[in-house]
Amino acid sequence: MRATHSEPITAFDSPGRDSETDAAQRRPVAADRGPGIRNLPDSVFGVGGVLAFAALLELLPRMGVLPRAYFPPLSEMLAALIGLLGRSSFWTALFDTVRGWGIGLAIAVAAGIIIGFLISTSAQLIRITASTIEFLRPIPSVALIPLAVLLFGTDIRSTLLLVVYASFWPILIQVLHGVQDINPVARDTTASYGFSRWAVFRYLIWPTALPYLMTGVRLSASVALVLTISAELIIGSPGLGTEIARSQSSNATADVYATVIVTGVLGIVVNILVRSIERRVLSWHASMRKDVSA
Amino acid sequence: MTTAVAVSKKTLYVIGLPVVLIALWWACTANSSSYYFPSLGKIAETFGSTWLTTDRLTNDVLPSMARLAAGYALCVALGTGLGMFLGLHRRARATAEPVLEFFRAIPPPVLIPVLMIVAGIGDGMKVLVIVLGAVWPVLLNTVEGVRAVDEVLSDTSRSYGITGIARIRYLVLPGASPQIIAGMRQALSISIILMVISEMFASSSGLGFTVVQFQRGFAIPQMWSGIIVLGLLGFLLSLAFGVFERRALGWYHGLLQSQPGEK
Repeated sequence: MRATHSEPITAFDSPGRDSETDAAQRRPVAADRGPGIRNLPDSVFGVGGVLAFAALLELLPRMGVLPRAYFPPLSEMLAALIGLLGRSSFWTALFDTVRGWGIGLAIAVAAGIIIGFLISTSAQLIRITASTIEFLRPIPSVALIPLAVLLFGTDIRSTLLLVVYASFWPILIQVLHGVQDINPVARDTTASYGFSRWAVFRYLIWPTALPYLMTGVRLSASVALVLTISAELIIGSPGLGTEIARSQSSNATADVYATVIVTGVLGIVVNILVRSIERRVLSWHASMRKDVSA
Repeated sequence: MTTAVAVSKKTLYVIGLPVVLIALWWACTANSSSYYFPSLGKIAETFGSTWLTTDRLTNDVLPSMARLAAGYALCVALGTGLGMFLGLHRRARATAEPVLEFFRAIPPPVLIPVLMIVAGIGDGMKVLVIVLGAVWPVLLNTVEGVRAVDEVLSDTSRSYGITGIARIRYLVLPGASPQIIAGMRQALSISIILMVISEMFASSSGLGFTVVQFQRGFAIPQMWSGIIVLGLLGFLLSLAFGVFERRALGWYHGLLQSQPGEK
């Protein structure tokens, strides 16, 4: 996902390839600015799109185009949402979900960093482990659900097992890619200046791999959220996923939609959070590295 | 002679660690009395009797694969088509973007209960879950890919009068394909996850359903063999995708290698 490319990353952001194409796309539009609708900035269209979509969600069920029993109008969903916000069980569930996400992601990031840098210390190790990583990585983590249930029941550890397994791989892969990107001249320079092993790691390897690592963290953060909620939904460990399943089985349709909206907001908050951490951690970096798709 | 050594060395690198790990698993569980961790020998035995000699292959594995294939094909077609449109039309993109961003941020599994309300628990629901969950990486990557199509190529084709379908077929689609295929790879792993989860949550057949049934019935060796089947499925699909990607993007990887400075 290269959505980051079009937005300025830092004040020092060099005019990279993508910002050039952006400018090139903007120019002709600016040139033929005539009267009327073309004068409006993009954000107006965005707001218009959101309002139109909201209006559809409100009107289609009311007019009977969509069955109202299945698709409550938007106003009912929002009313249900406000009702949820007043319930303490909702906040507990939200807290449980965020906690499962946070702990799982933290473990995966720590493990990915440690194991990734350890493997990267030798070309032999990279070659030996490559096939195993390629085999284990595509295994869908949800395959572990039955095992998690047997071992931990509905405990938070069930959730963590799935979350850690799923979000570990993007981090590991990105660290491995990042270390391989080290500039050979810089490496030789550190060698001839007699840098210690630690100094080489601190001043050469770590800064080179960090942008890759952050891309991995960004990918893993959303994977972790998906897996946290899947685990809650299937296993029944406490959290928003369980709340959704419960509302659905008790036919509280508006509550189901309200909770789904909350998970969407949560997803957006997670994205914004990780992006801002990324910007802060990489503020020294001239431009973002090309994302490696995982 | 030297090539034979090189080849055998390479094979050793590829199979060395997996063989060691499997041997370790075998040795550690050989005399296992643990209920949850049966010996690997027993799992292998059960594997044959559970998956190969019964009609599970036709009753559970094939329906799962069919749902996966249908959902994935639909989400690729829909994502590329809509992505092309949004990528080429600036105003349409500006209008749709905030709504699409919100839908992308929703973790796809939460759609399962919602779609159950609307579409019941049949095949349609599962295909719909896969489409709604996995379409976003394809869609958004296509939009980005179409926007990033080389300006010079775009102007050139315009001055040669290449427009309409031909423009999409020979300029936009190939130009955006590296991005589209990156999105398709993400969509594939999401699709597998959603296929399994939707079957675990509500179903009467399929791989996910069967594995959960084994676990609920405490048929532990069978459950392990099911986990292995799911793992193999993920691995084989990713292998197949790799082959497809190399064929479809061969020209692109060659291009990257011929310009080492521009990575």
